[in-house]
Amino acid sequence: MAKNLAIKNNGESQPLRVEKAAGQVSESLDKLIHDRTRLGMISALAANEKMSFSDLKNLLNASDGNISVHARKLEDAGYVTCEKSFRGRTPLTEYSITADGRVALEQYLNHMEALIAAMRNV
Amino acid sequence: MGKLQAIKRDETAEPVRLSDRAEENLQFIRETIERSTHFTAVPGYGGALMGVTAIVATYIAAQQIYLRDWLIVWLTEAFLAFAIGLLAMWQKSKIAKTSLFSVPARKFAFGFLPPLFCGVAITLGLWRFEHYDMMAPVWMLLYGAAVVTGGAFSVRIVPVMGWMFMAIGAAAFALPASFGNILMGASFGLLHIVFGLIIARRYGG
Repeated sequence: MAKNLAIKNNGESQPLRVEKAAGQVSESLDKLIHDRTRLGMISALAANEKMSFSDLKNLLNASDGNISVHARKLEDAGYVTCEKSFRGRTPLTEYSITADGRVALEQYLNHMEALIAAMRNV
Repeated sequence: MGKLQAIKRDETAEPVRLSDRAEENLQFIRETIERSTHFTAVPGYGGALMGVTAIVATYIAAQQIYLRDWLIVWLTEAFLAFAIGLLAMWQKSKIAKTSLFSVPARKFAFGFLPPLFCGVAITLGLWRFEHYDMMAPVWMLLYGAAVVTGGAFSVRIVPVMGWMFMAIGAAAFALPASFGNILMGASFGLLHIVFGLIIARRYGG
């Protein structure tokens, strides 16, 4: 157990206030897009109408399997949609962000900004 | 049997502050967005219009008796095309609500301008030593190089056009100098029209 965690100041200690603020942000944080690869995918898709599997792979410097797994998770959450077609004879997989995905990214950005603001007010 | 290795922990390392991590995440999002976007304000219809003026310039330049006058025709066309290109880019970015000073736009400019600057310097050198015959191939090669390097930050079709300019420029060196003017029309005229219309159709104007 941590002892003497902080010096009391106006009823609530500073580190406790920070812990509380960080805890609140952490609880409401969307863990699904907090992952680096998924965060990169959803950020890139927010700025582009559509992106192919290989574009995402090259952009994020990830393996086929990695992109595939993370895209499936985002798809299952309803944050991205996947469209499969052919360019000539080559199969083409393209992803685009949904309205829910855009909202999730906006909320994530708000959470990060709230966290920065909370820490600056200490 | 595999060796077990103790994980070394740097006890002296400062713990990462939550706000630093949050700022790092925001930075990551910003950088990913910047890297994923292309400069899409390359003008399609503007490019086609540049092609039309180049065809007219080809015709007028072919009528000139003196090489000095031929040079003046093409320099006038270069300024006109530059103005059309700038205006069309400004218009397209305005319609698309993107900035001409965004990171992809700046990357495009930094890629596009150095070969163009070399083109101006080499033209001055060739003019000084009166090597007018060399000008057309040099212009096509360096404009092509500018389009390829700037186009690396734009949509895929742009560098393809650059490579075609370079191919025609290289061919102009192999052919007799009298072909220079017609090849200028084929590259600055026809290539701009064809690729301009493709860009306009596929990438919104």
